[in-house]
Amino acid sequence: MNINELTIIKAREGLEKKEFSSMELTKAFLKEIKEKDSKLNAFITVCEKEALLEAQKGDKLIKEGVKKPLLGIPIVFKDNFLTKGIRTTAASKVLDDYIPVYNATVVKRLKEAGAIILGKANMDAWAHGSSGETSDFGVTKNPYDNSRVPGGSSSGPAVAVSSGMALAATGTDTGGSVRLPGSFCNVVGLKPTYGRVSRYGIIAMASSLDSIGHLTKTVADSALFLSITAGQDRFDATTSPNPVGDYQNNLQKGIKGLKIGIPKEYFQEGLDKDVKNKVQEAINEFEKMGVKIEEVSLPHTKYALAVYYIIQPAEVSSNLARYDGIRYGSGREMFADEAKRRIMLGTFTLSSGYWEAYYLKAMKVRALIKKDFDKVFEKVDALFTPVSPTLPFKIGEKTADPLKMYLSDIYTVTANLAGIPGISVPAGFVNNLPLGLQILGPHFSEDLLFRLAYHYEQKTEFYKKKAV
Amino acid sequence: MKLKTYIGLEIHIELETNSKMFCRCSADYFGSKPNTHVCPVCLGLPGALPVPNKKAIELTIMVGQALNCQVNSFSKFDRKNYFYPDLPKGYQISQYDIPFCENGEFMDIGITRAHLEEDTAKLTHTNLEDKEVSLIDFNRSGVPLLEIVTEPDIKTSKQAKEFLKKLTQTIRYLGVSDCDMEKGSMRLEVNISLGGDKLPDYKVELKNLNSFRFVEKSIEYETKRHLEIFKDGKKPIQETRGWDEKKQRSFSQRTKEEAQDYRYFPEPDIPPIRLDKKEIEKIKNSIPELPEQKKDRFMEYYGLSEYNALLLTENIKKADFFEQVADLGSKEKIEAKKIANILINRKVNISKISPKEFIKDISNENKKPQFTGDGLDKIAKIVLQNNQEVVEEIKKGKETAIEFLVGQVMKETKGQVSPNQAREILREKIKSS
Repeated sequence: MNINELTIIKAREGLEKKEFSSMELTKAFLKEIKEKDSKLNAFITVCEKEALLEAQKGDKLIKEGVKKPLLGIPIVFKDNFLTKGIRTTAASKVLDDYIPVYNATVVKRLKEAGAIILGKANMDAWAHGSSGETSDFGVTKNPYDNSRVPGGSSSGPAVAVSSGMALAATGTDTGGSVRLPGSFCNVVGLKPTYGRVSRYGIIAMASSLDSIGHLTKTVADSALFLSITAGQDRFDATTSPNPVGDYQNNLQKGIKGLKIGIPKEYFQEGLDKDVKNKVQEAINEFEKMGVKIEEVSLPHTKYALAVYYIIQPAEVSSNLARYDGIRYGSGREMFADEAKRRIMLGTFTLSSGYWEAYYLKAMKVRALIKKDFDKVFEKVDALFTPVSPTLPFKIGEKTADPLKMYLSDIYTVTANLAGIPGISVPAGFVNNLPLGLQILGPHFSEDLLFRLAYHYEQKTEFYKKKAV
Repeated sequence: MKLKTYIGLEIHIELETNSKMFCRCSADYFGSKPNTHVCPVCLGLPGALPVPNKKAIELTIMVGQALNCQVNSFSKFDRKNYFYPDLPKGYQISQYDIPFCENGEFMDIGITRAHLEEDTAKLTHTNLEDKEVSLIDFNRSGVPLLEIVTEPDIKTSKQAKEFLKKLTQTIRYLGVSDCDMEKGSMRLEVNISLGGDKLPDYKVELKNLNSFRFVEKSIEYETKRHLEIFKDGKKPIQETRGWDEKKQRSFSQRTKEEAQDYRYFPEPDIPPIRLDKKEIEKIKNSIPELPEQKKDRFMEYYGLSEYNALLLTENIKKADFFEQVADLGSKEKIEAKKIANILINRKVNISKISPKEFIKDISNENKKPQFTGDGLDKIAKIVLQNNQEVVEEIKKGKETAIEFLVGQVMKETKGQVSPNQAREILREKIKSS
């Protein structure tokens, strides 16, 4: 068994065929973590004891012939997913010693599907960040170049999957936090439609934008993962009753004749030339597969980042109010700079006298951004865009300038504002640094996004190129 | 200068739903051990999300319609952000600009709005092992709370009290809340200001008034206080005041400078609520007969006087009891009017007697005539003969002793004469003996 070559689907086959046991599999990953993580810092908590115990149980069930989609599969959770009895910090010292009393719905669903919790992954504290550098537990490093960032805020999950320390990892995407690290780490990052996956039990960042996604090595794994996490939850009033699609079985359906839009606003000033060329190569690849490409316009795109940086901190300021240190966790003095910055920004824009000029106006523009997408999806089936305007940047390069850092999300925040799904799929390398292609689709079009990404992945196989 | 008084009320009522407003904890917490009706949601734990209680929304709309409000077909919840240890999330889920119900009228008083929010936890400041501590009980946290706000249409303390009495009666009729102020299921606030024909540009908020009596007294006190300030050529300041029952006066709690900015914004965890006409109509149809209608019906159908009808419709239990006995009584040819009189005049304890027993007693009373004349005369004679010493005492002036003899007569007649009848015949016989 070569861990680096394993996907969830291959690992499941191996377990079924008794090529290896869940115990062997779990131990192999624990070993990988021990070897690599002192350098990469993808984990906040490694659950060795619990994982081995669960692996033992998994093997027993496998022996009994029990069939479950993730039986015996070790996975990693971003550390803002509440795991009962396992420390959950959101990478903030405020929750340094916090042990949840309940499981997030997604944790519950994945456990019920047979998954084993290998550990809790590092992230930007409270998911505030695009680089993984705001973690109170240290910076996570990009496996392809340790001097560079892995992208954030799901930095640890992306690195854990990318470097072979886990088969898959959960993530949260409020403005690009799954897609961006996916792009920077050469893994598949999915941000589902808002309301597709339950937010219950996941430490909220900005409630109207938070989308619960995951990072996997392949598109097929991503589809499998979503078929488990998706669906209405009676504990989250914003989840949709829409039936969950048969994502896995539809992957191989053809894509020929599909109409894809290229939004011109995503290819203007600020986009790195190398990134632009690579995205164009990807578009060409699709054209070869019979997809029709046409240029489209999303005219309100230029306001998206400004709108995002009003609505998001407003909700953050309210969502972080509960961390007062009275019932659990440490006091407010433990909040670090980025959280404080957002609390202040949000408190300001919601204050009387400013509310109309900022929050209310932002909500109105948000509606226009949504409309842009509604209109464009009348013409095309999906959109291709870059994930990030740049390649993975140097650690420390943007920490002194929050605005520069915020610009990393310029192509991803729109999907969160509109509530539509997006996927980042590996699209090649520039100077050995990976980057992804973003595919955006209408609400609940995950099925289509998977299909497009799958065909591209089958043809290019960029995911096979591992960091050395 | 003649000044007008402007009084508005804010009334908080805990709704009697099975579960809390945004989680599945039992809302019936009164008397329970602290922190036993709690879950991640009402404790404000990380990751917890609110899911609105449909029943509470229906009850709110029901109350709104009983108060002749307009029901909004599109409504939403908002976050009211402020910090207090009894508020675990750092915000209260309430309704800001689109409440479920608004623009109503009740007893000629305008109803500004009726909206839904969640109750806070309960703080107790006490001493534990010689240390001053504050204890928090989250059982109350998240219990559905209905807020009714009136226009400043009320002019006197009396009018305020009448309004509150009728309002609580209506709420109880709807089965929405017991409005028990001692248990805290109803809380009152008064806004008061004095001025000319236009609504004054200041107001004083009176908080934590624990009874209608306090509402009355505090309004009277404030009216005088404001008048005196105006007499001095000054204007009362905008502030929040409490009522000190011991000293019989109000006292300042908070002035405007410290006023909160609640930074309201739409609650992103709860999608807006859309109600179609059919649903609103359905809730309207589920409104039971209200006191006013019941009173009118009692007058018309049973021929009761307005006074009696009013007394019998005071609460549902009484009204239901009356209707049951009136039905049974009609079979025995006993007039409803008579039944009403007996219920009211004898102050019958309806929780201790069944309608059947009650009717049996009355119909027995009606059969009494057989004991007038010879039968009763004979029994009275025997009782007097057997109790000569008591008769002597009465003759000496100990009038109350007659009650013993009355008891004896009642016993012999097996209760089939009224005490008055017995007393009368005994007095007659003692006098003539």
